[in-house]
Amino acid sequence: MNEGGSTPVLSLKGVSKSFGPVQALSDVDFEVRPGEVVALVGDNGAGKSTLVKTIAGIHPADAGTISFEGEEVTITSPTDAVALGIATVYQDLALCDNLDVVENLFLGREEKADGPAGVLGQLDEVGMEKQTGELLENLAVTITDVRAEVGTMSGGQRQQVAIARSLLGEPKLVMLDEPTAALGVRQTAQVLELIKKLRERGYGVLVISHNLADVFEVADRIFVLRLGKKAGDFAAGDTGQDEVVAAITGASGNGAKR
Amino acid sequence: MSTHDAAVEEDAEVRSPQFELLRRFVAGDLAELRVVLALGLIWLVFYIQEPRFMSSVNLSNLVLQMTAVGLVSIGVVHVLLLGEIDLSVGAVSGLAAAIMAVLNVKNGWSPYLAMAAAVAAGLAIGLFQGSVFTRFAVPSFVVTLAGLLAWPGAQLKVLGETGTVNLNDPKILGLTGTFYSDTVGWIFALVAIAAYAVIALRARQSRVSEELSAPPFGLVVLRIALVAVAILVAVWVLNDDRGVPLAALILVGFCMFFFYLTTRTTFGRHIFAVGGNAEAARRAGIHVTRVRVIVFMIASSMAAIGGIMAASRLLAVNQSSGSGDFLLLAIAGPVIAGTSLFGGRGSVWHALLGALVITSISNGMDLLALGTPVKFMVTGAVLLAAVVIDAIARRQRQAAGRV
Repeated sequence: MNEGGSTPVLSLKGVSKSFGPVQALSDVDFEVRPGEVVALVGDNGAGKSTLVKTIAGIHPADAGTISFEGEEVTITSPTDAVALGIATVYQDLALCDNLDVVENLFLGREEKADGPAGVLGQLDEVGMEKQTGELLENLAVTITDVRAEVGTMSGGQRQQVAIARSLLGEPKLVMLDEPTAALGVRQTAQVLELIKKLRERGYGVLVISHNLADVFEVADRIFVLRLGKKAGDFAAGDTGQDEVVAAITGASGNGAKR
Repeated sequence: MSTHDAAVEEDAEVRSPQFELLRRFVAGDLAELRVVLALGLIWLVFYIQEPRFMSSVNLSNLVLQMTAVGLVSIGVVHVLLLGEIDLSVGAVSGLAAAIMAVLNVKNGWSPYLAMAAAVAAGLAIGLFQGSVFTRFAVPSFVVTLAGLLAWPGAQLKVLGETGTVNLNDPKILGLTGTFYSDTVGWIFALVAIAAYAVIALRARQSRVSEELSAPPFGLVVLRIALVAVAILVAVWVLNDDRGVPLAALILVGFCMFFFYLTTRTTFGRHIFAVGGNAEAARRAGIHVTRVRVIVFMIASSMAAIGGIMAASRLLAVNQSSGSGDFLLLAIAGPVIAGTSLFGGRGSVWHALLGALVITSISNGMDLLALGTPVKFMVTGAVLLAAVVIDAIARRQRQAAGRV
């Protein structure tokens, strides 16, 4: 899909966003390369969610430029973002608990059966189930029964289903909002494994997280926001938790001041 | 999470697919099985009290009595699947019947045109109520409560001074007065069984050929056998009296059509999605407003069709057509049969099963000459029991979902 990754899949320059008098983001430069997992960290109210929502088109930026695969783009609505190839998995997952895995995966993009039955609007259940099985196998996600209701599954499995669903639109960039929040140890490990799979397959991945242990386990780069400004950009390999915590809390004096 | 929890979870994930399939078969059919057992019990009690209850004449009457409420319930199921409610279906059925009767009897329209006009009125009312509900985000409960108050007024206006219109058109009366000969009845039965068997076996075959998990062959055959026995017994009983009524075929036909729509098509999938999680459906690109409006149109037009059948059976339309307990029975039926009031769960067949239960109770109490007070209280108790079971089932699902 993508190799090496010299061109960033997403690149932000001088992006700002304010809500009335509140400056949520000011002059943020930021990029994600293909096959790279970038963790977005920061304290509550640091602007993490605003940044993700800006990229996803929910809160379009006031100023600055956004480039996607090297070309400057304008993202003014979620539809724009999806059309470019940006998939977002929000914390609430947006799954229908009363539907099974196949139904959730293909929700809104159902496939019709061939022939006259398809003209009547009949669904290609067998085809969709087959694709679901292949996709999950590819991602090394183990769900015994893809016809079980999502509502009966564990938090980790639900997160995996939501991430798998975001891949059906063939995105280039996947943004995950707190994917490991409220998960147990084992389930967190499953989700982190899936994120590593996404990197292997060449997606650009942006992960918001509060959990630095998870961040260091999975991220290639750690981008710190503080009070809406960039407070640090670390390669995960040659930095320590203390340094990142200092950037988050402002103790290092790197960037924003109180 | 403690190691103990992790171990439990591991167990859950290594359960064999066969076990999971069996569990789903049991869980999925359990609700309906419960209702069928309850129905058997109800029939047994009435039979002990009054053996005439199980006579073929009475069972045939039961089928005719349940068609109107069953047809209205089909529309109600769709609304319940959305997690909404339509309190106007009784009133709409009365108004639609009045429109048909006046156009046919007083204005001399052909019966087909008059019926089409009644159904069109239902569609228009559904469009209006659905639009108000979605456009202004007024709870469906309130919008349709307003309809419950307003449409009977329109019904009185349409009927005019006399207040009662007697029907005499053979086509309209034939809707509930036509019975097929024994031979034709058996042919219907065999065609239905053959069609079901072909569909069930082909569905299994297509899964086997794609190497997906398929139900065991024996289970499919068992299901076909059960369906065949049910159809054959029903036709046998009906043939013993006047024959298979057209009304029953109309009810079953609408059930089959809407079952296909809700379970096999994109639109049906979207109904379940909106009922399960409207926000998720919206984010998946589903036109939630359109789904809701169309469902309210289905509910009102099925109410109109139910009203036509009720008028045909009563041979007249009067000021009280569609009033009384008709509305509550139409809503209670599917709920008793297992369609959830909370949305996202249910089946069109619950309309038929629920109507059978409700009508059996009402018919049996009539045979025992129990008064209206007792009938109302018993029906209320049955509905309450059904809703409580629904709420308990929902709590259990939630408890199971949050591991």
